[in-house]
Amino acid sequence: MAKLTVNGATLDVAADENTPLLWVLREQLGMTGTKYGCGIAQCGACTVHIDGVATRSCAVTLGSVKPEQKIVTIEGLSPDGSHPIQKAWLEMDVPQCGYCQTGMIMAAAALLKDKPKPTDADIDEAMSNICRCGTYLRVKAAIHAAAGTSKT
Amino acid sequence: MTKATVSRRTFLATSAAVAGGMTLGFHVPFLAGSAAAESAESAAAAPEINAWVVIKPDDTVVVRIARSEMGQGTLTGLAQLVAEELECDWSKVTTEYPTPGQSLARNRVWGDFGTGGSRGIRTSHDYVRKGGAAAREMLKAAAAAEWGVPASEIMAANSVLSHKASGKTATYGAMAAAASKIEPPKDIKLKDPKDWKIIGKSVPRLDTADKVTGKQVYGIDLKLPGMLNAAVKECPVFGGKLASMDDAKVKAMPGVKAVVKVGETGVAVVADTWWQAKTALDALPIVWDEGPNKSASTAKFAEVLREGLISDKDVFVGNKNGDALAAIESAAVKVEAIYSTPHQNHATLEPMNATALWTADKCRVWCPTQNGEASLAAAASAAELPQDKCDIIKVHLGGGFGRRGAFQDYVTQAVRIAKQMPGVPVKLVWSREEDMAQGRYHPVTMAKLTGALDDKGNLTAFRMRISGQSILKSVRPEGLVNGMDPAVFQGIAKDDPEKPTANEHGTVYAFPNLLVDHAMRNPHVPPGFWRGVNVNQIAIYVESFIDELAAAAKVDALEFRRRLLGNQPKARAVLDAVAEKGGWGKPMTDGVMGRGLAVVRSYGSYTAALAEVSVSTKGKLKVHRIVAATDPGYGVNPQQIAMQVEGSFVYGLGAALNQEITIKDGRVEQTNFDTYQPLRLAEMPKVETIVMPSGGWWGGVGEPTIAVAPPAVLNAIANATGKRIRQLPVKDQNLKA
Repeated sequence: MAKLTVNGATLDVAADENTPLLWVLREQLGMTGTKYGCGIAQCGACTVHIDGVATRSCAVTLGSVKPEQKIVTIEGLSPDGSHPIQKAWLEMDVPQCGYCQTGMIMAAAALLKDKPKPTDADIDEAMSNICRCGTYLRVKAAIHAAAGTSKT
Repeated sequence: MTKATVSRRTFLATSAAVAGGMTLGFHVPFLAGSAAAESAESAAAAPEINAWVVIKPDDTVVVRIARSEMGQGTLTGLAQLVAEELECDWSKVTTEYPTPGQSLARNRVWGDFGTGGSRGIRTSHDYVRKGGAAAREMLKAAAAAEWGVPASEIMAANSVLSHKASGKTATYGAMAAAASKIEPPKDIKLKDPKDWKIIGKSVPRLDTADKVTGKQVYGIDLKLPGMLNAAVKECPVFGGKLASMDDAKVKAMPGVKAVVKVGETGVAVVADTWWQAKTALDALPIVWDEGPNKSASTAKFAEVLREGLISDKDVFVGNKNGDALAAIESAAVKVEAIYSTPHQNHATLEPMNATALWTADKCRVWCPTQNGEASLAAAASAAELPQDKCDIIKVHLGGGFGRRGAFQDYVTQAVRIAKQMPGVPVKLVWSREEDMAQGRYHPVTMAKLTGALDDKGNLTAFRMRISGQSILKSVRPEGLVNGMDPAVFQGIAKDDPEKPTANEHGTVYAFPNLLVDHAMRNPHVPPGFWRGVNVNQIAIYVESFIDELAAAAKVDALEFRRRLLGNQPKARAVLDAVAEKGGWGKPMTDGVMGRGLAVVRSYGSYTAALAEVSVSTKGKLKVHRIVAATDPGYGVNPQQIAMQVEGSFVYGLGAALNQEITIKDGRVEQTNFDTYQPLRLAEMPKVETIVMPSGGWWGGVGEPTIAVAPPAVLNAIANATGKRIRQLPVKDQNLKA
């Protein structure tokens, strides 16, 4: 039985240690806001925070996560969708199909923690998540809005 | 074997309530009785005024949506149409999907469920608005009866009914139960578009809140009591089948419950979790009978396509006027070029999935689908049950783009697997690798274009031979016309300027002599409708070649197009709009080295783009900006239209610049997003969208604009460096002249 710290709670997980964290979150812990898109750390739909760092959970095995490491998923980013990034996303109607958006939001939240006033280049570098609907321009605008760096 | 226990009508699918206190709960309708009984129960809970409108006592308006929401905003747009006529308070509007089974039981009261071809709004605006108007009149009639006043004296506005003379008022919620018993009106007059208050407004989407918190449940997230999970592999060589498998090797692996054949061509592992199922499937020794196509390749098929460029065999004329061949023969200047575009995969970010529960007397499937009725037909067929014993519960799609409409292979598979596990809900999820290998691919084509110019630089003839794959031949053979696939000519089909909406894919150009034909050449790779469909390559071919002709004629590319758009004022208007806003003919700044134009009409809408690019000394392309314009006739939600324009550019440019599906040894070579690279945020140009609905007709939105971005960029590259790219995708090609 492995132990994980997810969204502030310590949880017991019964799964093979080679199971990707993504599937532990989705299937063992029922946190389906973290999405599967590729399984090879390309698309970023599975992005969570591990000790504050945006991490692609499909490429992290259960056995490699220490019990004391703090995992935050979209379900724990804010109690009620009130993280500045989530508010900006809602305000600017960013999502289309929405499937990639939780990963986008987690990546964006980590970016703002690192760089509270990101430049376009910072956003280009940090936001390598794939969106097939093509919400990129609004993702960028919403990050700037949340950071207060929107160009007028 | 576990038996599913499911309450009769609804159940709460609840994930473990874990850290952060999040409980993911949602109601999933489950039809234990007939669809009609379900509908009646629903009506008892909240009065159904008619098929489109349910009003709850608290004034909440539930608008029923038959089409599917896959990101394109149709859900919100259709609700706007109903709400406009209903005269309800927009802030009280919610939506729900009726099921295809309910529709079947009610004589298809919700009409077509199909969500493709940019038809969601333009083919249902009339009857959904009438649904809203009828409900409004029934509410007024109910109030008139209760108050003893003429219905004609009652006002309906903002979800309130009022009678001025008596001062009586009632909310829609208070009058809904009575209204539901009123005979529907026979003659319904729709509002004049000039009186619209909600249609044409950029109201926020109705489906955003849950998408930013992770609460939105997609098909892949479903969890039913007692549910097992399945992973599947189909023969990777199209046309092959399963020869044998050694299930003894994996049956003892953790969580594995069953290893089952899926039809003749596939195999699935069913396990407690999907990860266990996939892990066992990857370990399963499988022998495929690869069939007749095992040595097929993209390179070999390219030879077939090249032969088609000059052949007389299996050639179909799609559009013709005058005598193009004679005009070319006698031309002062003749220009010729060969272009090609490769196969593309949809690669929806949410992989194909469906959850099925089969018993001897009924079958239910929960799935993302672009066509609920097609899903129902597929489920019933695989279940070997009549359609009225089956139903489909739709969930929002994590992307569609044409993959989940005409093709219900994932539903068929899920039911075939569930049928081997009676009474147990089974969720089938494809891996990304399976999605890459089992697509329904955008067809591969080549084209040879020939143009003739007189000594004044005027175009005297235009000839295009398309060689390549037909979608309809494979997918809808009943749509062929004497063997010809008319869809191949999208964007270059015959147009009637007197009846501008007669052919939604008619060419905007008045070519003096024209011949467009198609040598049908079908590889073994299954084709599909891929956002924009055939207008994608037609626009690349025609709009690139128009620029080549303009260059040969030494005429400005805008002026050259305008000469050919004489009788197409709407096409000219969108082209002029991008040229003006994009600064066509003005000096380039901020490192921009080239500009390019494109104009196309498709799905009944007029679209144009101006792209600005630069090419670095190392040959690296940067697309700086695209100015886009679209005239879809009526525009329901301008912000959503702009989002579709931007989004379609990502999809179209990803294909034009980076993505390519190739075949080797009969199978797809690309396996995931490392070898099939969509456009990323860092590559995304600035997009300035001009939404210019001129009214009078209903054109499409989701697809038309996709086609103008690639040729505008290709023309801008040629303008920047002199290098004309004719083989797509652009990647890895030297962009210097």
